[in-house]
Amino acid sequence: MAKRLSVDRRKFLKGAAAGAAGFVATASSSMAAPQALPAQSATAPMMPKELDPSGVDVLTTERTGSDFMVDVIKSLGLEYVASNPGSSFRALHESLINYGGNESPEFITCCHEESSVGLAHGYAKVEGKPMGVLVHSNVGLQHGSMAIFNAYCDRVPVYIIAGNSVDATMRRPGVEWDHSVQDVAAMVRDFVKWDDLPASLPHFAESAVRAYKIAMTTPMMPVLIVADADLQESPISKDAKIHIPRLALDSLPQGDSGAVAEAARLLVAAENPVIIADRAARTPAGMARLIELAEALQAPVIDQGGRMNFPTRHPLNQTDRGRALIAEADVILGLELTDFWGATHAFRDQLHRTSKIATKDGAKLISITAGDLYAKGNYQDLQRYPEVDLAIAADAETTLPSLTEAVKRLITDDRKRLYQQRGAKFADAHQKSLERARAEATYGWDSSPITIARLSAELGAAIKNEDWSLVSDVGFASRWPTRLWSFDKHYQFIGGAGGAGEGYTAPASAGAALANKKHGRLSVCINGDGDMMYAPGILWTMAHHHIPLLKVMQNNRAYHQEYMHVQRMANRHERGITRADIGTTLKDPNIDFAKVAQGMGVYAEGPISDPKELGPALKRAIEVVKRGEPALLDTVTEPR
Amino acid sequence: MEPTVGGTLSPRFQAGRCATRKCRPKGQRYSFLAAGLLSVMVAATSLLLPARTAWAGSAIPVPQEEKPPAGNAQNGKKLYISYGCFECHGRQGQGTSVGGPRLGPNPISFPAFGKYVRQPSGQMPPFTAKVTSDADLADIYAFLQSLPQPPKADSIPALK
Repeated sequence: MAKRLSVDRRKFLKGAAAGAAGFVATASSSMAAPQALPAQSATAPMMPKELDPSGVDVLTTERTGSDFMVDVIKSLGLEYVASNPGSSFRALHESLINYGGNESPEFITCCHEESSVGLAHGYAKVEGKPMGVLVHSNVGLQHGSMAIFNAYCDRVPVYIIAGNSVDATMRRPGVEWDHSVQDVAAMVRDFVKWDDLPASLPHFAESAVRAYKIAMTTPMMPVLIVADADLQESPISKDAKIHIPRLALDSLPQGDSGAVAEAARLLVAAENPVIIADRAARTPAGMARLIELAEALQAPVIDQGGRMNFPTRHPLNQTDRGRALIAEADVILGLELTDFWGATHAFRDQLHRTSKIATKDGAKLISITAGDLYAKGNYQDLQRYPEVDLAIAADAETTLPSLTEAVKRLITDDRKRLYQQRGAKFADAHQKSLERARAEATYGWDSSPITIARLSAELGAAIKNEDWSLVSDVGFASRWPTRLWSFDKHYQFIGGAGGAGEGYTAPASAGAALANKKHGRLSVCINGDGDMMYAPGILWTMAHHHIPLLKVMQNNRAYHQEYMHVQRMANRHERGITRADIGTTLKDPNIDFAKVAQGMGVYAEGPISDPKELGPALKRAIEVVKRGEPALLDTVTEPR
Repeated sequence: MEPTVGGTLSPRFQAGRCATRKCRPKGQRYSFLAAGLLSVMVAATSLLLPARTAWAGSAIPVPQEEKPPAGNAQNGKKLYISYGCFECHGRQGQGTSVGGPRLGPNPISFPAFGKYVRQPSGQMPPFTAKVTSDADLADIYAFLQSLPQPPKADSIPALK
């Protein structure tokens, strides 16, 4: 009986949807939602007899709700949808590849939802717009949750659609019950910007467009739409014309004119202004705008590296001298800083934790960040409260032109002369920093395991004549790439994970490389071994989808950060200082990443322990990547 | 991005993780480290930081002689690894910009070295005499002294 009722209800929904479609085509989207009446018992009297006049069981249909969902998704311009397949979105999956032609979006097969979301994270940082991600109800979302948290902390848009089966009477016995949940989004609601559970196709359309708009308004973040399985699978008339709302992205918030004028006044009058940028440059325009402001003031820039903010070889790039400059500064402008407090304080991690202000008395702090426009309470990525003097809640990149204009209006000839002298000093200091970095890179040059300095120098030399993009962070690489290479294009660096969650680099670098692919850029990545081991299936995805990316393993055979933490505790407790490797290292057996990659169809060489072998191996691997395929070099390295 | 003592990078990785900031509680008395140690710190981190002369209540003896005791460099190399020095300073003592500074070749004076190892004024965890003997320190110091001079940057094509 239960089975019969299920079939009957699907038939009813077909009729209801078809009838509603005609209504919607001519009226507003206030259409009732006959498809989503989960508690309504599909009893025989409710079933229109004309739908089944012959009594023959209708088993096929020409169009379902999932086709319409594809129409909506296509309207958003998503290029790809990354996914590990799941039955809760089987209809949407099929509609994407057949009805949608597997184009815009193209289905990217992933082996883990952490890979799907990580892929989308990296893609968005290069392309400036979201990639779609499909997750399988509670189980898929749980797998993907850490990667969503990273994207949330990193203020990066990811467009997530989760399948789910709300109507308990429609679920197949067994697994579909395990893979269904009352409120799918609940588990990630703390770290997505917005979510919805549409109850009808028009509702889906509105919420899908709304979600995209919300994700793309600063501060940008992941969003989640639940696509109910019944809504996906229920037939609709092939002629149904349900309205897809027009997408109009928000213009982004610019700083209040009075506050911007005050910031300009403080900066122009300052003797030692310092600009600190973290996630400031969102688009190709961002770096140019920051250069213009810095040059107008001849003020030093400290690039914290959340984005590609400032050219590494610009004379005003003083990142290596950051602490000293902050200690001397009388005005500090923070642009989209994740942690202004941390930038202006020192913290000591000994038995008794202590902190100390790192700025001089009277220093004025100016903050411009869209981070002030959105906050949640549970997850603590907000960092300590910064006591700034002027807080401008606005998008920094959008505000920079008006700030620079205001600064230029205030600069007198006397100030300009002073600025020129200041700039000359910074140019000299910048050159000395570069020479110092080169000299420091020589220590341990020929040693094995390979130093990160040598790895970075060899990689930089191998790609310097290409149109390259470094699609991994540099923190664990001791910042050697940004110290040694010349970065001057917005896509040459994409920052880090955001939430410091391991397992980010492996998929995010692939997503960024996928975005770089159509531009013909050579993507390279320095990938930690611990990070790679979270979800190494991304290597298969790279091979399957021909994602041209060179992964150079920073194989230090440890979760090195944690190794150091356990060492710290052992020292503090004065016992067992030789045993901090227990539980923190990846040795015995050593992981052969070349074999892992080869097993998944990726060109790979290694392990490479002799630094003299690195240059030739890089050359071979880069040729593979230039042919449009991924490659991996397993380099055995120093820790950092 | 990692925090660093050299630059001013986002400390968002720092919470309970990478520990490289140096600081003192307000109101405490500061002085500079011995010139030798300071020169290494500056070379590696481009940063001048104040440091206390000694931790209050510390009773840990530190080597005072200017001339380093005879140490066994080979054993020192083993200890350098087993005691975890390499984790922050690299196997060749080359240092990192997000961890510990470069230690060799040409290490700071032995008294300054011993003093800092026993009573680090920055982020370095303390290696007390209970777990690292004076003889061990002498061997590790001998290892740091034995490190080879690096090639000149100008002689390396990848650094040009």
